[in-house]
Amino acid sequence: MSNSNPSARPGLIRRMWRFFWSPTGAVSLGVLLIVGFVAGILFWGGFHTALEMTNSEKFCTTCHEMRDNVYAEYQGSVHQNNSSGVRATCPDCHVPKDWGPKMIRKIKASKELYGHFITKSIWTREKFEENRLHLASNEWERMKRTDSKECRNCHSFEFMDFTMQENRAASNHQKALDEGKTCIDCHQGIAHELPAGYLDTYRDVVKKLEAEGAIPPQTPNNGKDVAAYLEKTN
Amino acid sequence: MKNAILFSAIAAASLGLAASFAVAQSADTVTSLRGAQPDQDIGLAPVYHQEEGRQDRNYRQQPPIIPHTIDKYQIDVKANECLACHDWKNAAERGAPTLSMTHYVSRDGVQTDDVAPRRWFCNQCHVPQVNAPELVQNTFQGSDN
Repeated sequence: MSNSNPSARPGLIRRMWRFFWSPTGAVSLGVLLIVGFVAGILFWGGFHTALEMTNSEKFCTTCHEMRDNVYAEYQGSVHQNNSSGVRATCPDCHVPKDWGPKMIRKIKASKELYGHFITKSIWTREKFEENRLHLASNEWERMKRTDSKECRNCHSFEFMDFTMQENRAASNHQKALDEGKTCIDCHQGIAHELPAGYLDTYRDVVKKLEAEGAIPPQTPNNGKDVAAYLEKTN
Repeated sequence: MKNAILFSAIAAASLGLAASFAVAQSADTVTSLRGAQPDQDIGLAPVYHQEEGRQDRNYRQQPPIIPHTIDKYQIDVKANECLACHDWKNAAERGAPTLSMTHYVSRDGVQTDDVAPRRWFCNQCHVPQVNAPELVQNTFQGSDN
């Protein structure tokens, strides 16, 4: 028998594997269940706590790239300072709320760690300015793909009272509603400075996404849908 | 007896010193940077809000005043958010008045598609219309009246 031959003893990993999958001899099912349950709670709680810790303005601004550039510009913007004192902090706009997309964004953020520690791609103000258009267009693309999901976590057309808005804003929001536009189509640079040539680059991003089929092509309907709907209901 | 006189003299001197400090504190010898006594309520500067609707010019060559707020718009060396609506390429889509074509002529008289650099800073000439008291008293009258 090869098993009884000490020279053919399986390797460490194989032995660990077998030990892991063999039934326990002395531990009761109750202990296994309770210990497993408690360990599960501790693990998930710890994971969640760590995740939320990295999902705060305080954490974002521990890096000088964020603190000295985007966080500094955000001071005094309407999402930081306003009449009611409600704030949208970094993760409110830049990290999705849903679990799946949030995990994907968190994993993608490892590239930011790589940039911070290894390549130092935006280490100085000059480097940051050089990359600003590229960085901004990443965010525009993400917003456009998801129909400005992070804006809509708080803002929604359904509960906007157009009569309380400035006329210009009200008519443009109505137009956006009719034409199926999304927040970021007009509201670029609300919290951070805009780079030169921002509008052309934004339009390129939209064209690229349309070509990909990620978003429906923009066709102004001039309120035809609304008119048809009104005719049908009246 | 001698000690008692000395003690009362010191006490009187220190009392006098304390009293003079109190006088100095209450008098107008200390002025704060805000131009008022610290316990005085001077309130906030009044906020003048935007006037609705377009207004006529006061003289023919007056740069038109802006009938909306502009405080959140970036106008600097990198970007000019006014142009997102008022540039000739965007005006129709955004339903905004187009810049005067004089703004597309460089100082050498060359016509360009982009706004001339010398016209870049809109708020050098155009200001939002606000019903605020004049900063300097004046007797200005429009050329029309």
